[in-house]
Amino acid sequence: MTSSTTATLRPAAGQAANVQLKYRSQAVAKPYFMAAIGLFVGQIIFGLVMGLQYVIGDFLFPEIPFNVARMVHTNLLIVWLLFGFMGAGYYLIPEESERELHSPKLAMIAFWVFLVAGALTIVGYLAVPYATLARITGNDFLPTMGREFLEQPTITKAGIVVVALTFLYNLSMTVLKGRKTTISMVMMLGLWGLAIFFLFSFYNPHNLVLDKYFWWWVVHLWVEGVWELIMGAMLAFVLVKVTGVDREVVEKWLYVIIAMTLITGIIGTGHHYFWIGTPGYWQVFGSAFSALEPIPFFMMTMFAFNMVNKRRREHPNKAAVLWALGTGVMSFLGAGVWGFLHTLAPVNYLTHGTQITASHGHMAFYGAYAMVVITMISYAMPLLRGREANSNRSQVVEMWSFWLMTIAMVFITLFLTAAGILQVWMQRMGDHPLSFMATQDQLSFFYWLREAAGVVFFAGLLLYIVSFFVRGDARD
Amino acid sequence: MSTRFTKSTARNIFYGGAVFFFLLFVALTFDTVQALPKRDNRANLTEQVVRGKKLWETNNCIGCHTLLGEGAYFAPELGNVYQRRGPDFIKAWIKAQPTGVPGRRQMPNFHLTDSQLDDLVAFLKYSSEINTNHWPPNIEG
Ligand code: HEM
Ligand code: HEM
Ligand SMILES: [Fe+2]
Repeated sequence: MTSSTTATLRPAAGQAANVQLKYRSQAVAKPYFMAAIGLFVGQIIFGLVMGLQYVIGDFLFPEIPFNVARMVHTNLLIVWLLFGFMGAGYYLIPEESERELHSPKLAMIAFWVFLVAGALTIVGYLAVPYATLARITGNDFLPTMGREFLEQPTITKAGIVVVALTFLYNLSMTVLKGRKTTISMVMMLGLWGLAIFFLFSFYNPHNLVLDKYFWWWVVHLWVEGVWELIMGAMLAFVLVKVTGVDREVVEKWLYVIIAMTLITGIIGTGHHYFWIGTPGYWQVFGSAFSALEPIPFFMMTMFAFNMVNKRRREHPNKAAVLWALGTGVMSFLGAGVWGFLHTLAPVNYLTHGTQITASHGHMAFYGAYAMVVITMISYAMPLLRGREANSNRSQVVEMWSFWLMTIAMVFITLFLTAAGILQVWMQRMGDHPLSFMATQDQLSFFYWLREAAGVVFFAGLLLYIVSFFVRGDARD
Repeated sequence: MSTRFTKSTARNIFYGGAVFFFLLFVALTFDTVQALPKRDNRANLTEQVVRGKKLWETNNCIGCHTLLGEGAYFAPELGNVYQRRGPDFIKAWIKAQPTGVPGRRQMPNFHLTDSQLDDLVAFLKYSSEINTNHWPPNIEG
């Protein structure tokens, strides 16, 4: 094995546009990444609105009731992550397949359809009462609305399926005609799985238990199943590029990680079947298998650090390497540690549906999916803009934004965890439990701290955007 | 990782494990669906309850409340509100919203008719009688 490589000596900034792209059609990823970042900003603004409503209950009422802000916050999250995954797909599949994308034009049409449909849906949430939105979008024909995370009008859901199918068709054709690598196969498996499990969002039986049971086939089998394949593939792709480590090694890791993901995560769905009317044996299956779910996340951390330690080149994009390592650590903390915290049935009996759940949801979504998308953007965006890496000044700003957002998220998680423990203590333990609302009043100190950490997070996000505009000299 | 443990071994574990555990999951799902009639209170799943569930959904109640512990954490658990408050209180409460108390968390008014309120209460009653393995821990939810 050679210990150095000449790859870093390629021309950097200042050259004609696109010399950095191996395939011109990879450029379609750029608008996807830009849209993702824009929607991320919207998500956080509505998070801050809700954070204030937690302590000043009538803030922006009746203009933006809490439930409306929450739909906007969580749906923007999902949509910007989907934009990120799609951008990542359009960027990495041509490169892995060693050929141009099947149809860049279709990719651009899908982009605009998705963006417009997404924007209209958000406007609908904000402009009219939800019941009105349900009526004018024909929810009666196929009622799918009004369930957490799946609040989109049925026609929006259908639009998502159409966009996903054009995307999958486009990428699958590219893969079929080109080189097939482990990374591209795992990415495609994850993306197909994402689309297939989303189909369960159209199943909304009258029976509440069945409704809840299959609702998790979308939500859990996404974040603790197929999305982890997408995450693994994206991380592996970036690590191959920035470390120059032998593909064989990276791909072996990738297979072991995703094997552990599905071996633990599928039956692990049972950690949501403790108290919704399903049989008691799920307490055993759900606890046992989901207790093992941190393993693949821990391996993700080991993977990132191992590859970077064994690197055979010094990639000039230090910020991307930082994001990749950060993803490993934060996904393990958020999903692995904070997931384990409340996944055993006797613990979950007390913590189910409290601020503990919210604390875990935040760090897991940020640490795993937000961060892996940003890792990809951080790596690919400079290349899409015609340079191997951003200037040092720009990277320093980006790294500041990394630390601000990540540390702020750690504090958001800690404050919500504190609130959650107290909530359980006051409302669910002891002989004289407080009511829900009385308990919430007692917790306002922690909610204020969470909001303060949220403001820091927002500052970090704005700084991240600033980093795109910091020019500085070409890399030295 | 050791050199004896090859990439194709890893790949086989992945495909084998995925298929095996997915099939096991499908089998458990099948068993669960068989067991549900004794647990999910379907005997009381009347037309009225169905209408109530639709109202629950089209007014996005889950955007503030939890139901059997799932949903949002801004407002009280409603899976056992029928036992905690009773039907009359629930209807009066929904009609009286928003309270307008300064600084207090506000619930919108959904302009429901009396028969819609009855539907919603029927849905909450049905939900409260699902066998949840004794969750929530106490009446406060
Ligand atoms: C990146 C991966 C993950 C993400 C994005 C994630 C996200 C979430 C979210 C958003 C919820 C709340 C769902 C709701 O609104 O009802 C949730 C619930 C839960 N998660 Fe995760 N999670 C991840 C991984 C894990 C892992 C690995 C474990 C276990 C080790 C776990 C254990 C749980 C449990 C037990 C609940 C239910 C909480 C309750 O009873 O209220 N999660 N997760
Ligand atoms: C400024 C920062 C943020 C604030 C103040 C904030 C605030 C909130 C609030 C108040 C809720 C509703 C909790 C409830 O139902 O009562 C929520 C839900 C949620 N937020 Fe955030 N958020 C922020 C950032 C983020 C980020 C960065 C992510 C992910 C990348 C995220 C993901 C989520 C998720 C997944 C839920 C649903 C949680 C669940 O169902 O358990 N939020 N957020
Ligand atoms: Fe889960």
